[in-house]
Order: sequence, then C-alpha cells, then structure tokens
Amino acid sequence: MIEVQSLTKHYGPVTAIRDVSFNVAPGEIVGFLGPNGAGKSTTMRILSCFMPASSGTARVAGFDVFRESMEVRRRIGYLPESVPLYSDMRVAPYLDFVAEIKGVPRSSRRKRVADVMDRCLIADVQNRLIRNLSKGYRQRVGLAQAIVSDPHVLILDEPTIGLDPRQIAEIRSLIKSLAGEHTVILSTHILPEVSMVCSGVVIINRGGIVAQGPIDRLVEQFFPTARVEVELVGPTAAVQEGMASIAGVVRVESVAGANGASRFVVESARGRDVRGEIFQLAAQQKWGLLELKQVGMTLEEVFMRIVAGEESDAAAPAPEPPAIEAEANAS
Amino acid sequence: MKVWPIYKKELRLYFTSPVAYVILTIFLLIAGYFFFSIFSFFTRASMQMAMNPQMGRDLNVTDAVLRPLFSNLSVILLLLMPLVTMRLFAEERRSGTIELLLTYPVRDGAVLVGKYLAAFTMYAVMLAGTLAYPAMLVSFTRVEWGPLMTGYLGLLLMGGMFLAIGLFASSLTENQVVAAIVTFGVLLMFWIIGWTAEFAGGPMGTVLTHLSILEHNDTFAKGVLDTKDILYYLNFTALALFLALRSLESRRWNG
Repeated sequence: MIEVQSLTKHYGPVTAIRDVSFNVAPGEIVGFLGPNGAGKSTTMRILSCFMPASSGTARVAGFDVFRESMEVRRRIGYLPESVPLYSDMRVAPYLDFVAEIKGVPRSSRRKRVADVMDRCLIADVQNRLIRNLSKGYRQRVGLAQAIVSDPHVLILDEPTIGLDPRQIAEIRSLIKSLAGEHTVILSTHILPEVSMVCSGVVIINRGGIVAQGPIDRLVEQFFPTARVEVELVGPTAAVQEGMASIAGVVRVESVAGANGASRFVVESARGRDVRGEIFQLAAQQKWGLLELKQVGMTLEEVFMRIVAGEESDAAAPAPEPPAIEAEANAS
Repeated sequence: MKVWPIYKKELRLYFTSPVAYVILTIFLLIAGYFFFSIFSFFTRASMQMAMNPQMGRDLNVTDAVLRPLFSNLSVILLLLMPLVTMRLFAEERRSGTIELLLTYPVRDGAVLVGKYLAAFTMYAVMLAGTLAYPAMLVSFTRVEWGPLMTGYLGLLLMGGMFLAIGLFASSLTENQVVAAIVTFGVLLMFWIIGWTAEFAGGPMGTVLTHLSILEHNDTFAKGVLDTKDILYYLNFTALALFLALRSLESRRWNG
C-alpha cells in the first residue's frame, strides 16, 4: 500500500532523510519511530504530497506521490504534527468543508460528518469555535478531518500527543479499529503505544532507517536471549555459579539487591524456560527464593539500544557496537 | 474544479471573524463622509447657479458628484484593499493549515480562484453599500444611468486588480502585515507611476502613462468604456493571479 524507495530530502545544505526505504502492506498499522528530528515528519510530508523528495520514489495506493499526486491525495487522510485547523470556524462546518473538498457526495455528507464526530468523540463540541477547543479536542477534530472521507491510507503524525490518558486509550482503540480496511502509518514517541496499536514498526534515526519489521521479530533480533529475574537470599557467588551451570543459561548477571537479598538476571536461549530449574536449585541449596519472573523485552529497550548504539557509533566510530550488527542483519 | 467549497469556506471566514465588519464599517463611514462633503458642495453650487444661470451651465450630477465620488472611493480602496486580501494565504501559512489544504485533492488553481472569488464577493458587498448614495441622489435630482453604471464597472475592474495583486503578495509571505504593506506599495507605485511620464517623455513617457492606475480610472466615471482601460485592469489581474499561482506551485519545485 505504501512503497518507499531510497527517499532522500535535503533542506538546503541539511539532509533531513537519506535513502529511506520501507513498505507497508494493505491493512497494516505501522508505527514510525525515532527521536526528535530524525526525519519522521519529513517522510510523512513527502508521503502526503505536501512537498517533493529530492530523490527517490514513494508510491501510495499504487500511485506516485509526485507524478500522480491528485490520485494519492484522493486516497489519503493526513494529520500533520501541529494539527493545523481553521480557528475561526466551528467544528461541524469545518468537517463539512473537509468532506466536501475531499469529494464526499452531498447526499451522504451530513451523515458522514455526524458519524465521524461520534467516532472521534467530538459531537458535543460541534458548534464550538475551533479556537476555543482544548488541545485534546483539537487533536480529535484533526483526526476526524483525516478520516472523514474514509480514505484507504492514513498518515498520522503524533496522533495522541497532548491527550489525557482516557482520551489516549479511546483514540488508540479508534486507530486500532481502522486496521484491516485502512492502512495506517503513525509516528509517535510513546513506545508502549506502538506495541499496543501497531503490527510493525519502522525505526528512523538521524535521517536513515535503522530497523524495521514486526515488533516481536525486532525484539528477538536485538535480544536473542530470554530473561528471567530472580530475587533470593543466598551467597551471591555460589548462586551465580549455580545458576550459570543450568543447561541453556547463557549469562547470569548480578544486579543490586536489597534487605540482604540479591537479584540476578538470568539469560537463556530463547524458547527455553529455566524457571523450574532455578526453583529446584534454590530448594536444593536452601536459598530463600523471594521472586522469580520472566522479563519480556519491550520495544522500548530495542529502541533505546538502537538509538544509543547509533549515538555511540557517532561519538566513536572505530568499535562496532552489537546493535549495529543486528541492524545490518535486519536490512 | 473544487472552487465552490474553498469559496464558501473563505467567505465564511470573512464573516465569522470581525475583519469583514470592521472593513465594511470603516469603508462606508469614510465613503459616506466623502459623499456628504461632495454633495454639500454640489448643493451650494446649485444655489449659486439659481442666482446666476450663466455660471452653472455646465453643472451636472455626473461631473460634480459622481466623478469626484468615484475618484475618492478609489483612494479609499487603495488603502483598504490590501487589508481585504492580506489574510488569504499568509494566515494559512502561519497557522500551518496550508499543509492540510494543499494535501486535499484540490488543484492549486482551484484554491486560488476560490479565494479570489471570495475576496471579490467581499469587495462587491463593500461597493453595494455605496449604492445608497446614488439612490439618495435619484430622489433629489436626475441621474445619468450610463456613467453611473460604467463608473461602478470601473470600480469593480480596478478592485479586481487590487485584489489579485493582494492575493499574490499574500502568497509570498506568512506575515499578514508584510503582505498588506507589499500590496499597498505596489498599488501606490502604479498609482503614481505616471507622474514622471512628463520628464521621461517619448515612448518611455507613453509607457509610464499607460501603466498608471490613475490614467485609467477616470474614463469609466465619465461614462466612457474604452477597451484600453478594460484590458489594462484585466491584464493586470490575470498577471497577478498567474504569479500567485506560480508562487503556490513553487513549493513543489524545490526538491
């Protein structure tokens, strides 16, 4: 649905993105991640036909964003990061204007606008001037204008920024409900959000793609081991040695404990659950086992690792950090 | 072409914000004052004519009231029209709404035409307010309808040119004040460009004279329809709109 091929954009001497390539399959929700200034908004502006790329091609719904921009624009809904709205218009007339300009036929327009206002929970402010709306409402009006024409592809730049937790949950479920019929690409800083909403991610840093794919595959790639966290009362050295001798355990790391107990992180080959053996070992040695739990590696850690890796790469280019190797495998 | 939704939106924005009302009020207030002073003068002249018929042989409403009124109206327009158009693109750029507008399935040309027509409608409403003055004249005296209508046609053509130049200036910047000042500067320059014609002389002088707005706006009020004048306004309007379109499109050129 979205095919991006070696996209590059320069602003004068500054290169905002270089050689960015990724694909989004129809019906997928893809999270577009990256630190501030990484090039997320630039990419989205190119995809939405707002500005041309310096080189490379991007196709949305099968049409080239530069040469067949009118066809692309008919098929997308776009929410820019700053949520620009006409502050002197009222909500319902504004959405009606957007629906009309996006070609929603006159006969179904009123109903369509009403539906969208219900879905985005803004029906109660439909007669208010947009300038008087709170940030959360503005954000939802922005989302409403993106989906009012029921487009195939949605390009959402930070759709949940500035909302309160309840609204975030509502908008998330709204975006989730769009999957299947719509293809969504959304950028965000909030990483747990991506794990909750998106089926895949594209991570961009300093203008280039550093990782992409389904979230669980990325986690596997960057953290090839399963982790178990153990808290027990016992002699640290002996415990460490004992647990390291369990079959499949790759690494045992002692982390800070409290109140006479010690904490360890045990890494083992993925797919192998060593919790039973750790329990047996503790029982055998009469160590007091206080806690034993699996630690799932989250996208956040993947992200931190990639971005931190890139940063240290920039600072000292000589040693190659492991994150970069993994990245090479990914691409 | 999706001119209609843009047109409706712009017109709505004019009349939901105070801009339209402030401009209308000020315009009609000053125009009314001009009419009052011109008409008072005309009344006094008529009285004197009653005593001395020889003197007032050439006194008529068209020359003594309408022509000065139209010429005064053009001066107010020179000052006010930049304020009518300054918002149209500058505000969209400043608030970022242009990013959404230009990613909707609508051609740049349709956006431009929609905005231009909305501004023109606003201007037509302003002019419609001044129809009260000739209406008042009709109840006192005999009015020549021909010059009255050509006079208004002249104002419409001239205003259309002012709006097109204003729209172009607005498309260049995200600052409304800059847009207004640039528009005013360009208009004033073309208003007075004929002043140097005398010194330039020759073909250059003729060119300067023909470029001047002043040169073209009085003939209409006299009841003369000259293609030269009509084409002057239409050409200028078309050129300014063309430049505005290029300025909108230029965003897509720099990759």
